Order: sequence, then C-alpha cells, then structure tokens
Amino acid sequence: MNEEFTIIIFSENSIGLLNRITINFTKRKLSIDSLTVSESAIKGVFKFTIVVRCALNTAENLVKQLDKQIDILRTFFLRDSEILHQEMAMYKIETSTFTESNKVEGIIRKYNARILEVTKEFTAIEKTGHKRETQQLFEELRPYGMLQFVRSGRVAITRLKKELLSDYLKKIEK
Amino acid sequence: METITLDQKKIKRKEHKRVTGSEAILQALVIENIKTVFGYPGGAIMPLYDKLMDFDDKLHHILTRHEQGAVHAAQGFARVSGEVGVCFATSGPGAANLLTGIADAFMDSTPLVCFTGQVFSHLLGSDAFQETDVVGVSMPVTKWNFQITRANEIAEAVAKAFYIARSGRPGPVLLDITKDAMVGEVDFHYKKCDKIRSYIPLPVTKDLYIQQAVELIDNAKKPFVLFGQGVTLGLAELELIAFLEKTGIPAASTLLGLSALPNDHELYTGMLGMHGNAAPNIKTNEADLIIGIGMRFDDRVTGKVTEYAPNAKKIHFEIDKAEVNKIIKVDVKVLGNVKHTLAEVTTKVSQNSHKEWRNSFKKIDQSEQKRVIKKELFPEIGKITMGEVMQKLNIVSEGEAVIVTDVGQHQMIASRYYNFKNKRSNITSGGLGTMGFGLPAAMGAKIAAPDRKVVSISGDGGFQMTLQELGTIAHNKIPVKMIILNNSYLGMVRQWQELFFDKRYASTAMTSPDFVKLADSYGIKGECISDRDNLQEAVQRMWDSDQPYLLEIKVKTKGNVFPMIPAGCAVDQVVFGDEN
Repeated sequence: MNEEFTIIIFSENSIGLLNRITINFTKRKLSIDSLTVSESAIKGVFKFTIVVRCALNTAENLVKQLDKQIDILRTFFLRDSEILHQEMAMYKIETSTFTESNKVEGIIRKYNARILEVTKEFTAIEKTGHKRETQQLFEELRPYGMLQFVRSGRVAITRLKKELLSDYLKKIEK
Repeated sequence: METITLDQKKIKRKEHKRVTGSEAILQALVIENIKTVFGYPGGAIMPLYDKLMDFDDKLHHILTRHEQGAVHAAQGFARVSGEVGVCFATSGPGAANLLTGIADAFMDSTPLVCFTGQVFSHLLGSDAFQETDVVGVSMPVTKWNFQITRANEIAEAVAKAFYIARSGRPGPVLLDITKDAMVGEVDFHYKKCDKIRSYIPLPVTKDLYIQQAVELIDNAKKPFVLFGQGVTLGLAELELIAFLEKTGIPAASTLLGLSALPNDHELYTGMLGMHGNAAPNIKTNEADLIIGIGMRFDDRVTGKVTEYAPNAKKIHFEIDKAEVNKIIKVDVKVLGNVKHTLAEVTTKVSQNSHKEWRNSFKKIDQSEQKRVIKKELFPEIGKITMGEVMQKLNIVSEGEAVIVTDVGQHQMIASRYYNFKNKRSNITSGGLGTMGFGLPAAMGAKIAAPDRKVVSISGDGGFQMTLQELGTIAHNKIPVKMIILNNSYLGMVRQWQELFFDKRYASTAMTSPDFVKLADSYGIKGECISDRDNLQEAVQRMWDSDQPYLLEIKVKTKGNVFPMIPAGCAVDQVVFGDEN
C-alpha cells in the first residue's frame, strides 16, 4: 500500500549531491512530489525535505540507500503525524476583480491569505498552509482569472523537541 | 627552510615541496602504497602521463588496449590482492569506457580508484572536445566521485578516495581531474584520511543482537550457513572456519564467496544459486535457521522470494546495513565486519555437530552426482564437455590455480567444478555479469599475484569482447593461462532459448577467429584441442608453461548447465535436466 512519506536528509554541502539523491528515486521509478533544500540550523549542514508516495518497504530501503551516500549525514523518513509541515503558494490575479465585486476580498479573508503587492494591473497574494489549503484557495480564485500561480515544496519540522541531527552530530564529532 | 617576507611579517614556510597537480597525484599514489596502475592516455590526461615517466621506478603503468581492459584488470588486481586497484583514463570516451567495469566493481564491492582526465575547468559545460560529464554519468555506479578543478584540492580528494574505496563495504571511487588542476602548482602536503564525519564504514555491533544470534544458533536443529564475499573482503576466512567447526553447521557459498572456504572442508556443501548445487538450494527450504554471512540474498540465490526458506529464522551478518532486510526479512541483524562479529559469536555459541542434519545433504548430493555431475565430468562419447575440462584442470592444478572467469555457461561450470583450495582464488563477475571481464581481470590478477598461476576461463563469445588485451599480455609478457571453451554459441543464452524460447536460436550462433593463429599473431603460444584423448596433456602443457598460453578447447555445442532453478521458481524446485 502506498503512503505519503516525508524524507528528511541532512548532508554536507557538496556539489552533485542532489543528483546522487534523485538517482535513488529514479532507479526505483519513484516520483518526487516535492523537494525543498536549504541550509539547516546547523551551519554548513544542508537539509533536504522530500515528499514521496510509496510502500513502507520501499521507503525503508530507499532511506537506507540514501543514508549510505558518503556526503549524507543522516536520513529519516516520517509520516505526516510525526511532523509539522507547511507549503507556501503565491497567486496573481487581476486587480480589477476586487473592484468588480467583494467576492475575492471575501475569499482572501476566509483563507487568511496575505496580499503582497498591488499594482493597477495585478494583485499578488500569498498563502501558507498544507497543500490541500493552498489548492482550495487556488480553486476558489481560479474563476476570477489566475494570471500566475506557484507553490513551494514542503518544509517540515518534527514533533520532537530537538533537531533530529543535533545529538548525532555531537556524537560523531567527538 | 626558506623564509619569505609578506606584509612585513616574516613567515617561515613549511618544507612542502611545490609540485604540479600531476606530481601531487602520483606522490599521493606512492604514499598510498600503490605500485601498479592500469590505464590508457589521451588528451586531457596527458600532463599526468607526462609526469608518470618520472615515476617509473615507483609506479608500474600497464598500458592496456582499451579502457575497459584497464578497469577490469584493476578489478582482477584488487580481487586477488585485497588492495585498491587503480586506473587512469582520459576524458570523454576514455572515461565512458571505464563505466562497465566501474558498475561491475560497484555490484561486486571491489575497491577501485579511477582517475579520469577532464577538459580545462574554464571549458566545463561548453561541450568541449572530449568533454563528458563523467561525474554525472558515473554517479549511480560509484561509492563516491568528485571533480577536482584545482591543484590544491588533489591531496585531500585522493586521500578521501582511497579511504572510501577500501573501508567498510569496499567499492569504486572516481576522481575526475581537469587539465588545469594537473598543470597547476601546489604545496604538496598529504595526510591519509581515516575519518569522514558523514560516513560510517563500520556500523556498531549491538551486543543484544549477538546474544540473540547465539540463542538462535544454539537452539536450531537444522541451521545452515550461507556465506558470501564478505568473508573474503573482511579477511575472515579463519573466523568462518572456527565458527563452522565449533557449531558443526553445514555451509554453502554464493558465487562470489567461493574459495573463502576450501571445497574439501567437511562442512562445505557446495554453491548456492540458479546453477548451484542441488543440496544447498533444496536444504535452504528445509533449514530452521539461515545464517547469512557477508552475502546479500541476491535474486540468483533466493529464487522466488516469497517461497524462500519458509521454515527458517534468519540471521544476517553484514557490514552494509542497507543490505539488511532489503530482499529477505531477517530476525536478527548482526552488523559489523564479519571478522569480528563471527569471532564474538563463536566464543559464545555451544559446541555442536548436527550430524544427522548434515548427513541428510548426502542423499541429494548422490542424486546430483548421478543425474548431472557424472555425465558432465566423465562423458564417454560425444564431444568434450566443459565440465570435463574443469575435471582435468583439477587434476593438473591440484586446486592451486586462481580461476578468473568470464560470464556464461563456462562461468557456472568453472564455479561448480573447480576444487578451490586457497582463499582469493575465484575472480568472476557476479552481480553485473559482464561478458569480457575474464581476460583483462586475469591479466590484472596475474600482475598482483606473480607467484600464483592464474587461469582465465572464457567462452568464445566473451573472449571476443576484450581479446584486444592479448596485446597487453604479449607486450608485458604476462604469463596468463587462457582457456577458451568454444562451443560456437553464446551458450547460456542459447540454453535459455532451448528451455524457454521454443529452441529459437536468435543471434546466438557465432563464428570465431582461429584463436591459435590469433594468439600466434601476438607471439603468444597456443593450442587447440577437440579430441578427448589429448585433453589432459594439453591442459598439463598449458599449466606447465611459464609464458602466456592460450588453450582453445572445442566443446559440445549444445551442452546445458544443470542443475538449474528456473527464473521465478523457489530454490527447492531444482531441475536436473533429465526430467520428462
């Protein structure tokens, strides 16, 4: 049975590592649903957050193979219940839709979305939340003419008190 | 010590010699105790080859006739010696030609460090002449790879490369070096690498699992050991014997595990796998405890996974934790080097003999003997069989040969019938099944082990894939013994066509050159035999020769390798070939 897993990878900052990571998905013909990379709270350590749908057994083997890559410090995989996660979406609609009726304003209030910029031609809106929420806002705004839309990959933190890696790093650097 | 003035401060400069990148690489190789390099020059790697001329008293370079020959030779070298094999190739096609061997080494855990030249760093990404993104294309088949674009990166990268290649579960590493990094200058300071914080070569062994393993072993009625190349790689041959002799547990080898335990050991029951011996395959499904030691439950060993060893608890001794629970779920995982974990378990387990269980293998052995082995090794009529050749080689060599095989029927026959006596005597392409591996690997093995007799065994198909290395063998007078078992077919494919494709022999019949004349054109001695009566003497002549020697043997054209577990069948569904 396929489930959604969030794979969290902590790595050194090395060129080509993203390639090494994605190879392990490609060779199992797994599609990456979302991918986010940035420096973690630990200086010099990068954090990849990857969302994938696959069977538990596949996820376990995938994570072990990823963990084996030389420049990867540690890899974890988590179910949704074990993490807090967010995605950010940006929407661009014509400013005239606001003047024609107050429906769009109502939608933005309902979703607690934020207006980033208003020009004569367009209004840029931002919404942070789960994919379901950003998608719903997209569906509601679409009838009013969507000029542009983009959604980020997932970012996630665990429900554990500390970063998964911090104790581990201390241990291996001893 | 020279003193230079900088910003009005006097800085004492350390006594590091200013060298080119090329020299730094070669110095590093010398420090890593590398004495032999296999390779092929070309544009982008010319600065390294130029400097190599100044190192000819320290580094012995073997010019192969193709980069694939270089990498397979390095593999053969590494497998027989346990040391890291090193090869050089130029950028683009040179690097691409290494890939098959690198992929092979990756599958079979062979430590290699491959150096490839690369275009100048300012040309990277410009589709320059002979530019290939070799770091990109080799990524899925290397344990680690790295592109060096500056001379000052060389020392650290080379040190890391050797550490990674040889530690933990060994594997191939590729270093891609731009031409400007080779010609640039650097203060050479080399420090061997012994730690990388993101890399754990040796996983922690948990006492609890040792304890659980001991309990399972002590309580098992029908325990069975399956050992693989991890025993060889971990230098754990003696620990394996000690463990087996204390517990009395029968043992079988994977294809790559062969020669880790002498064939005549009373606890050795034969080879596992698709063309392995019947008893160990069948008994796998009767065992109540499977003890996998340094092996990875490859699909050729397990057959149908859902019907694999259904009655058995399973213990897995393994250094690579990614291999545990990958194919077969196990009850106890004992991570670590088998040299240490086996020794620890051995001290804790109870003495046992499992006489009755061991004797139960014999009935199947007798059946295999009668239904397959006798016909294969001692045929009275018809053309020479491959097994017969191995039988003669056993008589002549008394188990002292290093057997290097190619891939196919002859490989299975050689692995089934050679009586291995000494460790590190079996070199074969297991995981990847690379035809063309045998000849160059044998060449590398002979260079690594000049005092041992190295016999390359190939089919007519595989031999023709890399026969250009006869040039290397002739030029360097490498006394490799080459047996070609010529059945005028791609035998293993033909066997499958016979059994599973309605005898439609699509593209498997093959004409070959006159191999003896071919050898002669290189100045290599050769002989061709097709008559049984001359076989043993011919094998003896080859064995006694201290020169490179090619022996072509015309064997039965449509011989089959049995027993066989057809693909997709359970390990106990062994076919002997005489059913109907």
